[in-house]
Amino acid sequence: MWRSSVAVLAMSLAAMAAQADESTIRLAQGDGVERVQAACAICHSLDYIVMNSPFQDRAGWEKTVTKMVKVMGAPIAPEDAAAIVDYLEKHYGKPGAATAAR
Amino acid sequence: MDRRRFLLNASGSVAGGLLLPRIGFASAADGLPAGTLAQSALDALPGKRPLMRRTFRPPNFETPVELFSEAYTPNDAFYVRWHSAVPEVTLADWRLRVAGPGVQRPREFSHDELRRKFRMTDVAAVNQCSGNRRGLFSPHVPGVQWGYGAMGNAVWSGVRLKDVLEDAGLAAGALEVVADGADAPALTGPDFVKSLPMWKALDPDTLIAFEMNGVPLPSWNGAPARIVAPGWTATYWVKAVTELTVSDKPFDGFWMKTAYRVPKGMFGASGFESQDTEQNSPITAIKVNSLIVSPAPGATLPLGRRAELMGIAWDGGSGIRKVEVSLDGGANWREARFGRDLGRYAWRQWHFDFKPQAAGPVSIAVRAAARDGSTQVDQLIHNPAGYHHNVVQRVDYHVA
Repeated sequence: MWRSSVAVLAMSLAAMAAQADESTIRLAQGDGVERVQAACAICHSLDYIVMNSPFQDRAGWEKTVTKMVKVMGAPIAPEDAAAIVDYLEKHYGKPGAATAAR
Repeated sequence: MDRRRFLLNASGSVAGGLLLPRIGFASAADGLPAGTLAQSALDALPGKRPLMRRTFRPPNFETPVELFSEAYTPNDAFYVRWHSAVPEVTLADWRLRVAGPGVQRPREFSHDELRRKFRMTDVAAVNQCSGNRRGLFSPHVPGVQWGYGAMGNAVWSGVRLKDVLEDAGLAAGALEVVADGADAPALTGPDFVKSLPMWKALDPDTLIAFEMNGVPLPSWNGAPARIVAPGWTATYWVKAVTELTVSDKPFDGFWMKTAYRVPKGMFGASGFESQDTEQNSPITAIKVNSLIVSPAPGATLPLGRRAELMGIAWDGGSGIRKVEVSLDGGANWREARFGRDLGRYAWRQWHFDFKPQAAGPVSIAVRAAARDGSTQVDQLIHNPAGYHHNVVQRVDYHVA
């Protein structure tokens, strides 16, 4: 599934180049950041993540990632989805709510 | 960026090389999520003046409040909101198709044909995103974290949707008009498609508009043509519209059936019965609301000299009955003076003059009442998608 999305990803990267300014967005460094960048930026700029923080707990980010996969068709394998949720919870999660649901 | 650095950014330093906005933004800034504040910046899209950027792609940019001082929001200052990439459609290639089980004679029109065949008409109307002020929700809910500026007021010009539908001939059983635009989702997600009930589609003020404020729509705002559904939130104002399907059953696309919903009964009847379920209703008409445009929050007001407040008030089309201002935190209210009446779907400008009598902080509140009897709320009516924020606004100033 991930491999089959390479063509789509290449296309969207070409589209991204036309709006180079979004390259100024800097996500927090940490485990999973590459997977987040690769998966989420296919369809939208990464400022969506920062904008929606830090008020979602793990369940909130899980719901968002599930919606992206099930409704929006994001080509994210289950193990990648789990890593993405881990990253979002750790770096963009609700303060104090971290790890409560693990 | 680790959490400590992130919080530092949110409290006022530099994030990703972008300077934090400070001017004319204090009241919205009070309630927006820290992450939103850390990366928001004034940024100009091609053909637009600098607007408050919420996201790059798809583009979501809001109008700074100080630009609402004009009766009509200039096209280059009008907010931008897309669910997917902005389609580029040339006028020469553009066609509008009208079909479906509720239509007797399917039609296809070019821009010239529409303008030749049907009378052009104007309507002045507020266009407000369903999620305007979502960012001020407490607790926050996910979505585009808008402040006060996902709205604008313009004169929209085009042909009546009613005239076009009647030309195609409505069949018995016509239930909803389903509008689709040239935009398409990036992957396999749901296409952004919206429907209107027949009564709203046949309202003489509902248009297929080509122009705003006397000139062709910018691509950012739906060129070559968009639906104008005055009084209803902008989700129904389908941009770059290419296809109208008159259906004989409720349209069940994601953006109708699942998204843009409010809990049943929370905000009164929807007026869109074919889309109501046991649990929820589609968001429809705009709720009565008001806003202080100037002076900017935090400004210094002159002690013992005339201070002039200016703002706007609007609703879903009944018209504004009165606007009141409180200088004492809501204990006493005095009526503001109206500006020119631009029509019942447009916003009403208001003015309020007073002489501040005591030095120090002052909290000024404003509230509007509509002709249909509705008023703004004191407490937020919280709902999962973050719609209909019309809490009475309170702005802090300093008298000196």
